[in-house]
Amino acid sequence: MTNEPLLVTDNIEKRFGGVVAAQEISISLFRGETVAVIGSNGAGKTTFVNMVTGYLKPSSGQILFKGRDITGMSPQDTARIGIRRSFQISQIFPQLTVLENIMIADIAALEGKGGLSARAIKSDRIHAAHASLARFDLDKFATSDVGTLPQGVKKKLDIAMAAIDDPALILLDEPTSGVSVDEKISMMESVIEPLKGDDATVMFIEHDMDIVTRFAERTVAFYEGTILADGPTADVLKNNKVREYVIGGVHA
Amino acid sequence: MLKFVAIMLDGLNYAAWLFLVAVGLTLIYGVMRILNIAHGAFYAIGAYACASALGIYYTLGLPGALAFVAMGVVALVVGVVLGLVMERGVLRFLYGKDEVLMVLVTYALFLILEDGVKLIWGVESYFVWQPYAHFGYLEIGGLPYQVYDLAMVVLAIVLGVGLWLWLVKSRMGRMTTAVVADREISAAMGINVTRIFATTFAIGTAFAVVGGVVTAPKIAVTPGIGVEVIILAFAVVVIGGLGSIPGAALGALMAGYARALCVHLAPEYELFAIYAVMAIVLAIRPHGLFARTSGRKI
Amino acid sequence: MMKTDFRKEPLYIAVLAGLLCLAFFLPSWMRFLLQTALAGGLVSLGVVVQMRAGLVNFGQGLYYCLGGYAVGMLAVKLGITETVILLPAAVIVAVIAGGTLGLLLSRYREIFYAMLSLAVSMILYGLLVKAASLGSTDGFNVPPLSLFGWTPDRAIHGDVNYIVTVVLVVLACIATARYLMSGAGMLCEAVAENEIRLQYLGASPRRVVFISIVVAAALSGLGGGLYAMSINHVDPLMTNWTTSGGFVFVALLAGRGSTIAPVLGFFLLELVRTVALDVAPNAWQLILGLVMLAVILLLPDGLWSLISRRAKS
Repeated sequence: MTNEPLLVTDNIEKRFGGVVAAQEISISLFRGETVAVIGSNGAGKTTFVNMVTGYLKPSSGQILFKGRDITGMSPQDTARIGIRRSFQISQIFPQLTVLENIMIADIAALEGKGGLSARAIKSDRIHAAHASLARFDLDKFATSDVGTLPQGVKKKLDIAMAAIDDPALILLDEPTSGVSVDEKISMMESVIEPLKGDDATVMFIEHDMDIVTRFAERTVAFYEGTILADGPTADVLKNNKVREYVIGGVHA
Repeated sequence: MLKFVAIMLDGLNYAAWLFLVAVGLTLIYGVMRILNIAHGAFYAIGAYACASALGIYYTLGLPGALAFVAMGVVALVVGVVLGLVMERGVLRFLYGKDEVLMVLVTYALFLILEDGVKLIWGVESYFVWQPYAHFGYLEIGGLPYQVYDLAMVVLAIVLGVGLWLWLVKSRMGRMTTAVVADREISAAMGINVTRIFATTFAIGTAFAVVGGVVTAPKIAVTPGIGVEVIILAFAVVVIGGLGSIPGAALGALMAGYARALCVHLAPEYELFAIYAVMAIVLAIRPHGLFARTSGRKI
Repeated sequence: MMKTDFRKEPLYIAVLAGLLCLAFFLPSWMRFLLQTALAGGLVSLGVVVQMRAGLVNFGQGLYYCLGGYAVGMLAVKLGITETVILLPAAVIVAVIAGGTLGLLLSRYREIFYAMLSLAVSMILYGLLVKAASLGSTDGFNVPPLSLFGWTPDRAIHGDVNYIVTVVLVVLACIATARYLMSGAGMLCEAVAENEIRLQYLGASPRRVVFISIVVAAALSGLGGGLYAMSINHVDPLMTNWTTSGGFVFVALLAGRGSTIAPVLGFFLLELVRTVALDVAPNAWQLILGLVMLAVILLLPDGLWSLISRRAKS
């Protein structure tokens, strides 16, 4: 593990007309880290993720990935260079089977490298797809139409699709939202393990502090578009301002 | 100098006509998210209805001045009835479906109505030039300008402003604006969305029919006038931004003057004028001048 | 059954080839109708290809017309009557047009795409109608074509044309199937269902759509060329919205299950139209529209879905 940061956001800011959605966001992510992002709704967490993944162009500031300036790069290009994300509302291909969903992710990853002209459905691709599903404990759903699946499974599929091609950085937007309380931890386990296995840097947005404590060694707290605190999880969660503005002072 | 006046007047005429045929389309889309391809057929039906009504009218020997009242009545009645029949009879069973599916539906309706027109009125041309000539002409800048054309420009302005005022000031108009902004919340707040839809569609249809009625005295009413109109109307609406009434007005002006310029200065390109404007606008703003920005999807 | 799986396609195409071989022995009027319908069937296949990406092209007749006029103009103005040159020329002209328009249109979806494609096809219609040198609304005649330098006798020219048409249509279906089975083809489905997600997976929806537009243009251009070869005439109606409407109609009915569905479907349409024109000459569009409405309301996946559902049970 080198000491060069994988991702650096340098004072990035996003304004929509007069509204400041995010400002002075400077974060460095290192290889292999698992970082949690907390903050109330509207605090700027998803805006941050959207800027890093190219959905929004920062109004000012710079984003560097592996030393390269990627500010304002399109979602396609950020995905191609190794930044992937999953979505708060799972973004999948609703009329296809789980297996087809994963295969499409696989083909898309090869788009620049001959993926378009080659045959789509080959036996080795099918094997690889089953393997990808198995990593995330989804193989039993392989031939089911996605529309018939429960929310938790869809969210896992969303993450599994993002994990295709072993991205260096993967951002998970509220991976356990919509999942029942007793399933949250097992779901996170089944997702974080395979991702960590590839030495990926994982950043996830969460509202559940148990999950945050359990899975992230570092936490970044957002509040009203700025970073309130950034450090080891235990410290951040004990921070007075974080407790007042983010957690609500309930945790002991 | 003469050419300048000619361009000014022609552009105004054409812009007024384009506005009349386009505003109903953009209104219906803005409120109901339906791109009504059958709009062209409504225009054609308006023209044919006017031709038939005036045919009967003049045969009865009624005074020429009151023909305009007859035209107005025809436009209103045909427009509202046609609109309500279409909306209540066919479209309301399809609300909530995919936008492209709705386009296919209105396309199918267009096919049906185009043939319907041919079955009712046959394939020969109809001419009802009397109203066009009735008030004679004025001289503007040395050129003859039919009073009828001036009246059409005035009508377009009056109807346009009237529609805008209705949307902004009247109770039903304001409810319609609410439905445009958010259908579900409007319904949750007690707005009768069904009634708004029916009313909107009737108004939009009436505008198309009015377009046909006022144009009938100026042209040969034949099969096929419908398809040209829907494409032109779409071009104007696209220039202005789908769902925007001020956009339709601006688009009509831009397209109208572009065409007038071509007709007088470069007649070979007349066909392209409006599409060239559309292409240029789309290149700068891919969804039109006053296109509504959509919210964050993810 | 997977929606993106076209691996059974070669079998269906073999069935089509078999049927078309048998059809050689049909009564000549019916075989001729089939021959011209196959040309239109390719255009409908082009519409189906784009529908896979969620796009409805209301003006596919543009490329059909360009292909036909390319053949016609090269034959009449330059005296080239060799099939082996003319048909590829038709495809090339259509592909150039498709590529150029595709650059503009590939960024549009849904109603914009539908209406812009309609507008473009009607612009060509307007141009051709005004072109007196091209016969305006009457179009012009195309001389009989030669094949590899050989001009068959009138007696067997029809047979030769039929064979050429069948061979090329089957080859076109095979090529289309290969496209549908490729990554580019499969990603069309993804574009239709969740384009944003596709971008986030690293692929370019615009490129996928562009490819589908060009493939469809090539098919339609070939169809137009074959049509010109078969009836020895071209006219602006080929790009009229009513002609394009027929292609959309068949594409809707045929669904997206197989390449042979729209090809056979167009033949059925032409058969029905021949009867309908006898019975109710001014109501053809009406019937088309009514059936279209019925299909949209009752069979969202087209008639092919009926057949494939039965195969499963």
